[in-house]
Amino acid sequence: MRRKISLKPITLLLLLLTFVSYGKEDKQHSESGSDLRTEIKEYVQHHLLDSYDFNLFSYENGEKHFGFSLPVILWDNGLKVFSSSKFHHGETIAEVGGDYYKLYHNKVYKTDANGTINYDAEHHPTNAKPLDFSITKNVVLIMIVFAIMFFMFSRMAKSYKKNNGMPKGMGRFLEPIVLYVRDEIAIPNIGEKHYKRYMSYLLTVFFFVWIVNLFGLTPIGMNVTNNIAVTLCLALITYFITTFSGNKNYWKHIFWMPGVPVPMKIILAPIELLGTIIKPFALMIRLYANITAGHVVLMSIIGMMFIFNNWLGSSLSFLLAFVLGILELLVAALQAYIFTVLSALYFGMAVEEHDHH
Amino acid sequence: MEELFGGFSLGLFFWQAVLFLALVFLLRKFAWKPILDSVNDREEGIKNALDSAEKAKLEMENLQADNQKLLKEARAERETMLKEARDIKNKMIEDAKGEAQEQANKMISQAQAAIESEKKAAMAELKSHVAGLSLDIAEKVVRTELSNKDKQLKLVETMLGEKSLN
Repeated sequence: MRRKISLKPITLLLLLLTFVSYGKEDKQHSESGSDLRTEIKEYVQHHLLDSYDFNLFSYENGEKHFGFSLPVILWDNGLKVFSSSKFHHGETIAEVGGDYYKLYHNKVYKTDANGTINYDAEHHPTNAKPLDFSITKNVVLIMIVFAIMFFMFSRMAKSYKKNNGMPKGMGRFLEPIVLYVRDEIAIPNIGEKHYKRYMSYLLTVFFFVWIVNLFGLTPIGMNVTNNIAVTLCLALITYFITTFSGNKNYWKHIFWMPGVPVPMKIILAPIELLGTIIKPFALMIRLYANITAGHVVLMSIIGMMFIFNNWLGSSLSFLLAFVLGILELLVAALQAYIFTVLSALYFGMAVEEHDHH
Repeated sequence: MEELFGGFSLGLFFWQAVLFLALVFLLRKFAWKPILDSVNDREEGIKNALDSAEKAKLEMENLQADNQKLLKEARAERETMLKEARDIKNKMIEDAKGEAQEQANKMISQAQAAIESEKKAAMAELKSHVAGLSLDIAEKVVRTELSNKDKQLKLVETMLGEKSLN
C-alpha cells in the first residue's frame, strides 16, 4: 500500500503529461493512440494468462507469433494428446479422433465441426469442457525450475562430500540462504525441537517461489505465481502439513480454547476452525495478488512509453519502469520469504507445546 | 472473486502439485538432507574444536601456574642452600682459625719450654765451665802466690771470706 502512495505524485505527473501530449495531437493520431492503448491492454491481459503455446513474442497486432507449440493433453472419453499448433493460436478448430475442440478465451471447449460455441444468458459458453492436463507454458516453466533447482542443490550436496564438508562453487552462494531459512525462518517459528521435519518443504517452497518469481521478471514473459492454481496448490500443501502435524494442544486451542469461559469457548470454536482455512487462503491470495499487481503495473508503465511517444513522458516512464523493475526484484524475494515465514509460523502453531498452561 | 477463480486451471494445479511434491521429495533425498547434515556436522566440529581449544587454554594456564610455583620453590631452595653454604664456610673459617691459634699457642709454649731447658743446660755448662776456669785461674794464682806462705794463708782467708759472702 505504502508503495502505491509514494508513487502517486509521479503517476499523476505522467497522467498530466498524457493529457498535454494528446491535447496537441490531431484526431487521426488520437485514434491510433487509442488503438495502441487497447493493444497494450490486451497484451498485458494476455501476458497474465497461461497459454498453450510457448510464445516468446508476437507482433503485428498478434498476427505473427514467435515461439513453439506445446502438447495439449485432454481427458475426454480417453486420453487425447495433440500439439497446440492445431489451434493456430485459437483461430482454428482442432480435430482429434472425431472430436472437435476450440480455444475460447484461452480455454479448451468441445465443439462441433463448425466450432459453434453456445452461450448462456451471461455470455458464458455452455459447451462441455474436457479435463485439461495440457503442458502449458506455465507447466513448462515449473518443469524448468524443477530441473534448475534439482541440478543446483544436488550439485551443492555433492560438493560437500567432495570437499570435506565445505560447500564449493554455487554452494558457497546458496549455503547462507539455506542457513538463513533454517536459522531465521524455521528455528524461531517452529522451535529447535521440531523444525527438522519441515525443513525440506520450507526450503523447497522458498527457493521455488523465489526462482519462479525471478523468471517472471525476465522478458520471456512467463508468469507462474500469478496463477491462482499454483498458489492454491502451495497453500493447500501448507494447510495439509499444518493440519496433519497438529498436536493435541493445537486442536484443543481450536475446539475448546483453554482459559476462557464456556460460552466463549463455544463462540471461539467455529472462529478458530475458520481461521485454519483463512490462514492458507490468505497465503494463496497474498502471493497471487502481489505478483499479479506487480506485473500489471510494470507492464502498464512499459506500455506507457509507447503511448506517450514523446521524449519527456517516455523517458520518465522508462525511469519509473526501471525503478519498479528493481522493486519487483525485491518483491520476488520478499514474497518467497513471507510465504515461507508464514508457513513456518503455522507449523510452529501446530506443534507448539503449551507447558505454561 | 469470479474472475479470480475463473482463471483457475485444474491442469496447472495438477501439474504444479505433482511436480512440486516430486521436487520436495527428490530434493529432500538428494539435497536438503545431505546439505543440512554436512552443515550440522561442520557446526558440531567447530563447536567441539572451540571447546577443546578452551580446555587446552585452561590446561596451559594451570601448567603455567604450576611452573611458576615450581620456580618459586626452586628459588627458595637455592636461597636456603646458599645460606647454609655461607654458614658452613663461616664456621669452617672460624674452626680453622681456632685450631691454628691453638696450634700456634702450643708451638710457642713448646718453644718456650725448649728455650728454657736450653737456657738451663747452657747455664749449667757455663757454671761448670766457669768453675773449671776459676780453678785454673786459682791454681795459677795459687802457684804464684804459694811461693809465699803468708800470702798463701791470707789468700785463703780472703777467698774463703769472699766465698761465704758470695
